Amino acid sequence: MQAIQKFMMQRKIKKRKRLNRSIGGDIALFLLLALFGIFSAYPLIMTASNAFKPLDELFVFPPTLLPRNLTFNNFRDLSELIGNSWIPFSRYFFNTIFITTVGTAGHVLVASMAAYPLAKYKFPGSKLLFMLVVYSLMFAPQVTATPNYIIVSWVGLIDTPWAIILPAIASSLGLYLMKQFMEQVPMELIESAKIDGASEYRIFFQIVMPLVKPAWLTLIILLFQRLWTTDGGAFIFSEELKPLSFALRQIAQGSIERAGTVAAVGFIMMIVPVVFFIFSQSKIVETFSTSGLK
Amino acid sequence: MQATIKQDFKTRSKQMWKEMKEAKHLYVLMAPFIILFFTFTIIPVIMSLGISFTQFNMLEAPRFVGFDNYIKLLLDDEIFIIAIRNTLVLAVVTGPVSYLLAFVFAWLINELKPKLRAFMTLVFYAPSISGNAFLIWLLIFSGDVHGYANALLMQFGFISNPILWLRDPDYMLFVIILVQLWLSLGVSFLAFIAGLQSVDKTLYEAGSIDGIKNRWQELWFITIPSMKPQLLFGAVMQITTSLAIAEVSMQLVGFPSVQYEGHTIVTHLIDYGSIRFDLGYASAIATILFIIMISANLIVQKFLRKLGE
Repeated sequence: MQAIQKFMMQRKIKKRKRLNRSIGGDIALFLLLALFGIFSAYPLIMTASNAFKPLDELFVFPPTLLPRNLTFNNFRDLSELIGNSWIPFSRYFFNTIFITTVGTAGHVLVASMAAYPLAKYKFPGSKLLFMLVVYSLMFAPQVTATPNYIIVSWVGLIDTPWAIILPAIASSLGLYLMKQFMEQVPMELIESAKIDGASEYRIFFQIVMPLVKPAWLTLIILLFQRLWTTDGGAFIFSEELKPLSFALRQIAQGSIERAGTVAAVGFIMMIVPVVFFIFSQSKIVETFSTSGLK
Repeated sequence: MQATIKQDFKTRSKQMWKEMKEAKHLYVLMAPFIILFFTFTIIPVIMSLGISFTQFNMLEAPRFVGFDNYIKLLLDDEIFIIAIRNTLVLAVVTGPVSYLLAFVFAWLINELKPKLRAFMTLVFYAPSISGNAFLIWLLIFSGDVHGYANALLMQFGFISNPILWLRDPDYMLFVIILVQLWLSLGVSFLAFIAGLQSVDKTLYEAGSIDGIKNRWQELWFITIPSMKPQLLFGAVMQITTSLAIAEVSMQLVGFPSVQYEGHTIVTHLIDYGSIRFDLGYASAIATILFIIMISANLIVQKFLRKLGE
């Protein structure tokens, strides 16, 4: 009897926690969520599973959600195709790794260095700079593509990886998110370090930077996926400097027999950022709690 | 009178110089970003405006032509008018819809248990970080009987002949919109999820005592006002992306697309900037796009700030 009473009490408490919720509304909303969830996930699942299907199974209707005859032939074909090209595959791979790691690491460091003063101090020019950063979020990078090309060629960076890396390092979204997140770092911490005689640089590297690790991950994923899929565009034309994405796209432009290889390519490009996100999700969401525009 | 103003100016600039000297370490920290940011963002915007009044092809020195580029662009370039129309259609549909979807999904997900919430966040966010995975839509909307969409519609007898989804001007915009929506739950979606998690929970209890009866009232009176900063930030992200649609169009319906039905301002810009090397003309396009983006953002900001007040 007492157990039942306890149970009822618990239920009451549970009920009180979920205020203002009708069961009908719950069901309708979650059906909606499930429907759109399928819409969102289906193409990705197909991308993944197609990479492991033999060619004849790719064109079966209805398409099989999971491969019936699992095969790694697509990946083998891909490596053969790439092995036959006159630039070794490892070269493309190295180019992408170089652009991605240098660009991402540089971005996290440079954007954080600029975010710290903006988040914690007022000084001449700080308001103006932050305003420019916010305005720069309001237009897409394509707007400045033409003059960027001119500047890059003036500086002599055309046909070097730096033509991609340097503009990416100064991506303003990263600075914005980092600055908003750093505002949470308590000022007392900084003040007391100053009393102990630490310089601004030491405070930044030894106190502030370790505290904003969640924001690092956010900046990393946002820039990483952009650089990971870059094909060099008009900036890089030497074949031996082209990134992976370019080589993979060349392969994808083949005929229908290449469909399996194309699927393998899509899978490789997709899986790396997605896995990164899976492992860093909670930290990334934490960063965005301060992302608001005041 | 004048002397006091002069004096004021003198002391004020002295004061400012002092402040700047005190902050010199801060300037050093910011220097790398400022240099790169000005080189690749601020100066290009100004340059773009300047070049748009010239004829310039990188080989010869730019020649000043006044408003010629703008006049040609707005009065003489039929394709640009198509591009503007397509861009606005795409932006007006995908912008608000993706913004609302991002918010509604974030709001629904927020009610789930943490593990399921993390999973659903992944499901909705993954498309926007999956690189070229949107190319799978080429297979779904393939124009032959093997395309999933065609095969499905034919099996149920809705159509008897396959539709050329990516070549028929009647369907191209529809396909681009669909794929763009699929891709669009990006940064703003994460901002909304985070915003919802940080709404003060006691507000809901207080609201319930004050007579809030259902989830809709709760949403309107408590949730939306509490997370307005995130809503504003999300709007900026969504507007900017929806006006810059190009990649999806170029990859799915081709570049140039049949009858320019998938042509947008950005693809027009790429056409003149990277292929024809008519940089003056490309800069005029870029300047118009810049003005459209900034004004759309400022107008929507103004509107959103009033929401729920």
